[in-house]
Amino acid sequence: MRAPSVFARAIGRGQAGLAGARAARVLPATRLGGPMPWVIAIMAALTVLAAGGALALANFAERTRAGLEGGLTVQIVEADPAARDGQAARAAQALARQPGVASVRPVPRDELARLVEPWLGEAAQSDAVALPALIDVALAGPADEARLSRLRSELARVAPAARLDPQADWLGPVFETIRALRWLALTLIAMLTAASAAAVWLAARNAFDANRETIEIVHHLGGNDTQIAGIFQRSVLIDSALGAVLGAVLGAAVLVLLGERFGALQSGVVESGSLSTLDWLGVALVPVVMVGVALLTARRTVMVRLGRML
Amino acid sequence: MMAGSEDIVRFDNVGLRYGIGGEVLSDLTFTLHAGRFYFLTGASGAGKTSLLKLLYLAQRPSRGAIRMFGGDVITLPRARLPALRRRLGVVFQDFRLVRHLSAFDNVALPLRLSGVREDELRQPVADMLDWVGLGARSDARPATLSGGEQQRVAIARAVIARPELLVADEPTGNVDPEMAVKLLRLFEALNRLGTTVVVATHDVHLLRQVPDSLIMRLDNGRMSDPTGALRYPPRREPAPARA
Ligand SMILES: Nc1ncnc2c1ncn2[C@@H]1O[C@H](COP(=O)(O)OP(=O)(O)OP(=O)(O)O)[C@@H](O)[C@H]1O
Ligand SMILES: [Mg+2]
Repeated sequence: MRAPSVFARAIGRGQAGLAGARAARVLPATRLGGPMPWVIAIMAALTVLAAGGALALANFAERTRAGLEGGLTVQIVEADPAARDGQAARAAQALARQPGVASVRPVPRDELARLVEPWLGEAAQSDAVALPALIDVALAGPADEARLSRLRSELARVAPAARLDPQADWLGPVFETIRALRWLALTLIAMLTAASAAAVWLAARNAFDANRETIEIVHHLGGNDTQIAGIFQRSVLIDSALGAVLGAVLGAAVLVLLGERFGALQSGVVESGSLSTLDWLGVALVPVVMVGVALLTARRTVMVRLGRML
Repeated sequence: MMAGSEDIVRFDNVGLRYGIGGEVLSDLTFTLHAGRFYFLTGASGAGKTSLLKLLYLAQRPSRGAIRMFGGDVITLPRARLPALRRRLGVVFQDFRLVRHLSAFDNVALPLRLSGVREDELRQPVADMLDWVGLGARSDARPATLSGGEQQRVAIARAVIARPELLVADEPTGNVDPEMAVKLLRLFEALNRLGTTVVVATHDVHLLRQVPDSLIMRLDNGRMSDPTGALRYPPRREPAPARA
């Protein structure tokens, strides 16, 4: 009887991880395939856009606020041109003498007229429309209430028709809106991540059910949960990485294009809203996080289903 | 472990019911001794497969206690079961080959799951396939194999890793008598290396082929012990020379 020679050497019954080609041999057809890489790609593209938009808005708000801090506008609302100009000149002189005032710039009439022309048309050029006189004031520090009220009482003495407003106030509603938009973007990102996780969950569940027979066999031959989950994680890794990278590259390309479009407007808004290297690194994190979420979701899904087997 | 008297499996008052049906196994109390060769017989529907399922940990009993390899398998945490299953070899009544794997890869599966290196498993797997007469079909998918050929792949997969306990459910049901005897010789060879063997069959001719085998009989889910072998296992003599 020569039978004994055909048995494999008595083996140490360890539990090897089923990695790489070995896992592919056990469940070769477990590419989750189907729409999953595409769903992940779309989610990644949208997430990149939302993240890029949120970061650009944050930059814009931050830099604009810094630029406006300490910026004041004095308006002299007076119908009589002579009285108006007199008060404006006195106000400018008085302001320039105040401590903590970095610069005072009366806005020239023609500049003002140009500013309002789009709304008022030719009339802006004549004195038919009583435009207020404007003075731009920059403080050395932020415009706090104490300084404002000191400046206001000073102004009231020399130019009763003067009104003084911190520039940041005008933009208050804009900042409010930006804050709301950023919350919206964060909510969008959270929802997109949840949707991706749901797509992976569905795909992993389907793949599990489609391969249930094989999984049961591997299970009965002593394959442990980690080995079996590993097989799925491998396919999820491939599928989601493909999708996430593709989507992120598309999303980033759109961000760059949008940036150039805005750049063409030369509005200054773009400069302050453009993304820094750090921001781009954050955007690059999107596909990484997506793959991570996909892996965790797939593992969890498979583990829960395996847990129902004895 | 090789000592003939050690218990490898102990059933204590075990009962099994599926769902809300009646018990298909009742009051099973017996011991399997390490290194022995057991046949499990009984009419169709007597509960042979059900008993084997308890042995290969595919089913928990509805009542009673089961100890295997010295441990209580009923209270064993789920995470410890895979390690236990690796000590078993199972020939399923319905083969359960992995559909998309070749005969070779099916037989190699237990070794791969246990972490045997590729270069170390190639030769044993090829030898084993030769031995069951399928050396030429090692690349074939199960669907392209005959019933008997599939059965031989299933047997090769069950024995390749030299399990401590081999559980075979009608392992010769689909092969001709000559091949049946040959496969039985494989089990005997494994048995001689120390593996405890349990073969369920209703082929009485098979029982005579293994002289020092012990016979368990199931009747409607109850164990009878026609030879008294379960309670009083005979001392094992050296294997007699075969005529
Ligand atoms: N999964 C199941 N659910 C419900 N009843 C089952 C299940 N499996 C088996 N049974 C019942 O349990 C009883 C024993 O079945 P089992 O398969 O153990 O018999 P067996 O002795 O292996 O028969 P055979 O020789 O035909 O293979 C039968 O009455 C069968 O109908
Ligand atoms: Mg059966």
